[in-house]
Amino acid sequence: MESDLGLWVIPLAILGGAIRVSTPFLFVSLGEVLTERSGRINLGLEGTLVFGAMAGYAIAYLTGSSWLGVLAAAAGGALFGLIHGLICSLPRVNDIAVGIAMMILGMGLAFYFGKPYVQPVAPDLPSINFGWWSEVQQVRAALRVNVLFIIGAVLAFAMWWMLRTTRIGLIIRVVGDSTDAARAMGLRPLLIRTLSTAAGGAFAGVGGAYLSLFYPGSWNEGISSGQGLMAVALVIFARWNPIACFGAALLFGGAGALGPTLQSIGISEGYYLFFAAPYVLTLGVLIATSSPSRAMTGAPGELSITK
Amino acid sequence: MTDQSASAPLVGTPQRGFLGQVARRAESVVLPLAALLTGFAVFSIFLILQGKSPTQFFSLTYQAGFGTAFSWQNTLSRTAPLLLAALCVALPARLGLVVIGGEGAIVLGGVAAGAAGVLLSQTIGVVALPLMAISAMLIGGLWIGAVGALRYYRGVNETIASLLMAYIAIALMNHLVEGPLRDPDSLNKPSTAPLPPPLRVGDIPAWEVHWGLAFGILACLLAWILIEKTTWGFAARISGGNMRAAQVQGLPVGRLIIGFTALGGALAGLAGFFEVAAVHGSANASLASGYGYTGILIAFLARHNPLAIIPVAILLAGFEASSGLIQRRMDLPDATVLVLQGFVFVSILMSDTLYGRFKIFAPERWKSA
Repeated sequence: MESDLGLWVIPLAILGGAIRVSTPFLFVSLGEVLTERSGRINLGLEGTLVFGAMAGYAIAYLTGSSWLGVLAAAAGGALFGLIHGLICSLPRVNDIAVGIAMMILGMGLAFYFGKPYVQPVAPDLPSINFGWWSEVQQVRAALRVNVLFIIGAVLAFAMWWMLRTTRIGLIIRVVGDSTDAARAMGLRPLLIRTLSTAAGGAFAGVGGAYLSLFYPGSWNEGISSGQGLMAVALVIFARWNPIACFGAALLFGGAGALGPTLQSIGISEGYYLFFAAPYVLTLGVLIATSSPSRAMTGAPGELSITK
Repeated sequence: MTDQSASAPLVGTPQRGFLGQVARRAESVVLPLAALLTGFAVFSIFLILQGKSPTQFFSLTYQAGFGTAFSWQNTLSRTAPLLLAALCVALPARLGLVVIGGEGAIVLGGVAAGAAGVLLSQTIGVVALPLMAISAMLIGGLWIGAVGALRYYRGVNETIASLLMAYIAIALMNHLVEGPLRDPDSLNKPSTAPLPPPLRVGDIPAWEVHWGLAFGILACLLAWILIEKTTWGFAARISGGNMRAAQVQGLPVGRLIIGFTALGGALAGLAGFFEVAAVHGSANASLASGYGYTGILIAFLARHNPLAIIPVAILLAGFEASSGLIQRRMDLPDATVLVLQGFVFVSILMSDTLYGRFKIFAPERWKSA
């Protein structure tokens, strides 16, 4: 690993790590943006993420195709989202509490069905080498970008455009801002919210498949360490804007890459404290962006978490 | 006019005598019980689809959790931390707050107790044990009280903040146990120095269950009195119903929020103390064993009523205690209990929609039909 890069290794490794670590954040937060824009919150995405990781890995192993695995993860995630959406459509049911319950159920089912897949090796997702021009090994490693990251980035812009300019986007925003206004327009708020929640679940499932099929790239019970939950805070930080989610996911990914990066260059002192960096960052962001008195700018009016 | 308004019942709170009151109470017992059974039924279907026998599952659970004196001891030892963890959810719930990060207070409370034990290892138990318990409760109270303070002063969502802080607490514990507080003699499993025998909490005489159970039940009783019989409990419920209105009424909303969250956190910290002083004998990574998360389910099942927490915690402790036997006998993964908890939790929350739907529980509607 001798190189003439010197201390440049650290920012380069953090950049590379940010790109690798951010993809699950990106997918879960895009899913959460869609769900929250329709006026509902889904805290269960942590469970959906873990279930997606298991389902994606199992199907990729059984079929030999990593893309079928991604598809299965999306389908599983959509099912979880659909169930969450339907339960929350019942009157007087608290969507935050149901999210916690779905988190437990998702993890339980993932650990239950995932037991036989801890040992086998499933095919990886492909990645593209953007660092082919460089002779330096660290640069090549940092710029080996997974296809799902690129798809996620494109999706962020597509969703921004959809919410801003299309009819579907307008419908989702109206439902999220005022149930009464949506009813007056002849829309069916509960149906639209349930569909948005299901679509959001599918996104989170794909984020999980990235975890098991690319980075860290194997299935085990500790595969998610709260990414699904941090994504909920990330959405608040990004002010429900998909493009801002992309930036925020990179930031959180960078924080998550801090510990492993420092360890790889031989700094292991306080390893566990660096491991806490993404959570501390998330909490700090939440504290900085919350306010006791005024409603948050950009927040959908029907969203229970901001009331 | 005045006569009539004085004698006529207020809208929504009519009195129909003893039977009416029983009917009202029955709703809050029958509906959760029905939801619990529904959760068991869905889980049974799940097992049948897996080609496993639900009858075998539940009879094994009964045997291993409640069948013999030994299984009762096992179950009741696990009940102690669950009671305290559930109170950490139920007390803030009085104010309408969903705090789910009790695990963090348990873990840090345990570390504080272990560290205090090392410092006080030359002292006698009568002095050291209360100090260890107090330091555990202080840390736990500060940790979850901070969640309440963030909620009140900054409007930070308590659900997300408390869970993030649980992750931070576990990282902090790993750092302390692997680093500054590590006993060099602990090789495979980094731990703080083992507590000397006088600093260990023993069993309740003739029960062979450690004292944590007695303190857990006492805490539930005191919490029930606090919630149901004191003005603080009443003020907390008003604040939970409508924070603005409570502030207009001059209620100290901030102090209530921070006080109730800190009290819940202190009790979870106490659970950490018992885990260290009565079960493990030192602070290590086994402190993060998920009691905090099972506590969330228990509190919701008990509808945040501290007295109801006691039987519900015993029930779930029995399921967790029997997990090992079920794995061996039925060849099921250890996550089976988690699946069961998931189904029960979802079912319980869905039953929220049924309150007030059934005429039999609503005495004021008995005559109107």
